[in-house]
Amino acid sequence: MSARRIFARPARYASIAPYVWMVLFFLVPFAFVLKISLSQTAIAQPPYTPVFDVAAGWAAISRAFGALSIDNFRLLVSDDLYVLSYLRSLVVALVSTSILLLIAYPIAYGMARLPKRWQPIAMMLVIVPFWTSFLIRIYAWINILQHDGLLNQILLATHLVSQPVVWLSTDSAMYLGIVYSYLPFMILPLYATLVKMEPALEEAAADLGASPLNVFWLVTFPLSLPGVGAGVLLCFIPIVGEFVIPDLLAGSNSLMIGQTLWLEFFTNKDWPVASATAIVLLVLLIAPLLLYDRLQRRQLEQH
Amino acid sequence: MAEPQVLPAAKPGPLPRANMPLLRIEGVAKKFGSFRAVDRVSLDIAAGEFFALLGPSGCGKTTLLRMLAGFETPDEGRILLGGKDIAQVLPHERPINMMFQNYALFPHLNVRDNIAFGLRRAGMAKAEINTRVAEMVTLVKLDGLEKRKPDQLSGGQRQRVALARSLARRPQVLLLDEPLAALDKKLRESTQLELMELQRRLGMTFIIVTHDQEEAMTVASRIGVMDAGRLDQVATPRELYEAPLSRWIAEFIGEVNLFDGEVRSREAGRIVVSTRDAGAITVAEPRNPVTKATVSVAIRPEKVKLSRRGPVSDGTSSQSINRLEGVITDVSYLGGLTVYKVRLDSGAYLRSSMANTARIDVDAYSLSQRVVAWFTPDDCLVLEQ
Repeated sequence: MSARRIFARPARYASIAPYVWMVLFFLVPFAFVLKISLSQTAIAQPPYTPVFDVAAGWAAISRAFGALSIDNFRLLVSDDLYVLSYLRSLVVALVSTSILLLIAYPIAYGMARLPKRWQPIAMMLVIVPFWTSFLIRIYAWINILQHDGLLNQILLATHLVSQPVVWLSTDSAMYLGIVYSYLPFMILPLYATLVKMEPALEEAAADLGASPLNVFWLVTFPLSLPGVGAGVLLCFIPIVGEFVIPDLLAGSNSLMIGQTLWLEFFTNKDWPVASATAIVLLVLLIAPLLLYDRLQRRQLEQH
Repeated sequence: MAEPQVLPAAKPGPLPRANMPLLRIEGVAKKFGSFRAVDRVSLDIAAGEFFALLGPSGCGKTTLLRMLAGFETPDEGRILLGGKDIAQVLPHERPINMMFQNYALFPHLNVRDNIAFGLRRAGMAKAEINTRVAEMVTLVKLDGLEKRKPDQLSGGQRQRVALARSLARRPQVLLLDEPLAALDKKLRESTQLELMELQRRLGMTFIIVTHDQEEAMTVASRIGVMDAGRLDQVATPRELYEAPLSRWIAEFIGEVNLFDGEVRSREAGRIVVSTRDAGAITVAEPRNPVTKATVSVAIRPEKVKLSRRGPVSDGTSSQSINRLEGVITDVSYLGGLTVYKVRLDSGAYLRSSMANTARIDVDAYSLSQRVVAWFTPDDCLVLEQ
C-alpha cells in the first residue's frame, strides 16, 4: 500500500474537524441564544418562557414555537439605552483601533528591520506581558492612575502639576487600558507581513527616485495591507464587545454594549433581552468579517 | 569560449578614454564591523563601457555596486560621476539606476506601472510617460503584457520588466546585480546577447556584477576581478585569460595547469623553470621581468597538444619545445572539444583539451594510451604570486 493511501483516510477525517468544532461550539450555542432571544423573561427556572420540553409531546413543542416573538429586538431598536451603547462601542473600537494602528505600525516596522538575531528578542518583549494575567495588569493600571497613584506622584514630584489629576474613571484611562492590552494583537500581524517583505523593494523604489516618504506610501504601506487588515480585525472586533476594561477604568456615565449586556444578564436577570443584544452585536461584527474575507479571497485569486 | 591564438598587445586593453572617465572610483573602502568588504578600490569607467565586476561570492563586488547605487556609504574614498563626488548623495537623487538580482518588481503594480514608477517620481508629464513606457515595452519585447502583475509573468518576462524599469529613466549608469542568475542556461545565454545588443544600441554605461566568469567574458568589454574586497586585475576578457596577474586569477578564469618551481636559468628571452612535477619547463620571458626565484608556470589546457611520438621538428624552435610523457587516465567528450587527463611520469596530472574539428576522428586517443604532451615556451605563463 502506498504512503498516499495510508494517509488519505485520516487526512479526510481530519478535514472534518473544523466543521465539527464549528457545529459543537458555535452553531449549537448560537441556536440556544437565538431561541432565548425570542423568548419572554419570567420569574422561573430557567428565567424565560417558553421552554421546549421534548417529553411533553409534539403539541406542546409547536405551542412553544407559537409563543416565540421578536419583541426583544423591537425593544433594542426603540430604547436609546441600547442604541447609544452600540454606538459608543463602535466609536470606542474605531478610535482605539486607529490609535493602535498609529502606535503599532512604527514598532512593527522597526522590529522587522532589526538585525535577524535581535528579532526574536523584540518579539519576546512584545509577548512577555501576556504571561501575567490580564486582570492583574488592568488592576495595576488602576493603581498607577488612581488619585494617589504612581502617575500623580511623579507628576507632583516633578512639579508638572500642582494638584493631583483625575485619571481614573475617565475615557482617557479606558483608551489607555484598551490600547495597552491590544497592542500585541496589532503589532504581531503587522510585523509578520513587514518582515516577509523583500527589503530590495524599498531599495528599488528609492533607486527609481522615490523620496523616503514616497517609498513608504507607494510601496511599504500598500504591501503591508494584509497585515493592517488582520491587525484591525483582531483588535476592532473584541474591543466592540469589551467589558472588563471599560468597567474598571472608564466612568459610569455611558456604557459600552458589553457592559449593557452584562447588566441585563446579571443585574436585570433578563436573559431574553441580553441574548437579543448579543445576537445584534454578532450581526454587526459579522459584516466587517465578511468584507475582510472577500478582500482576502480576491487577493488569493490574484496570486 | 573562443580559443585565442596570440597574446594581446603589451598595452592595456583597447579602452576609449576621454580626458575624464564618466565614473571614477577613488580609494573606496567599506567595513562591516571588522570585516573589510571593500578594501581601497580604485577604478575608472568610461562612458559607453560595458564593465563587469567578477568575483566569488563574498568578494565585495555587490557591496561596491551598492555604494555606486547609494545603498551603502563608503567609509573612505570618493565616487566621482562626471567629476562630481556622489558618495554621500542619497539613492533617489542619483542619475544611476539598478537592476536588482531578484528583480524587486513591485508585486502590487502591473507591468506598465512598474515601468512608469521612476518616470512618475521624476515628475514627467503624463503623455510623455505613456510614450516612454510604450517605447520601453517594445524595447524589451513585452507588448501585450502591460496589464499583467509580476506574478502572472514568467521568469524571463519578469527579467525584462526589471530591465525596462531600470532603463526607463535613461540613467547615466545602469547597474546590474547578477541580472541573469535566476534564468536557466539557454535563456541566460540568449539574454546575454540581447543585453550586449541593447547596451550598444543605447550607448549607455553598464556595470554588471556576476560570479559567472563566462557571463562576464561574454558581455563585458572590460572585467574587474575582485577577491577579498580588493580589485586584483582590470583587463579585457582576453588579457584576463591569456595574461592573468596571479595564480588565483588564472585558476578563477577558466581551466589551467599549474606547476610550481624555481627559476634555474635565463637567456635570450627564455627562462628555464625547474619544477618538481614536470621537470624543466622553458617559458618565454614575460614583459614584466621575473624577479622572484619561486614561481608558478601556467599552461591553459587547449595550449597543450598531444601526440604519439612527440612534436615534429620544425627547425629552429624545436629545441625549446616542452615535452612531457604520460598516460591518458581520463577522456571527457564535451561535444565541441575533448578533454584528456594525462598522468605524467612524476605522478602529477596535466589536462589537455582538443577541438573536435572533424566529425569522424580516427586518430582519437584512448584511455591508458601513452602519449607525449607538448607546448611551446610562448604558451606558458610565469606567475609570481
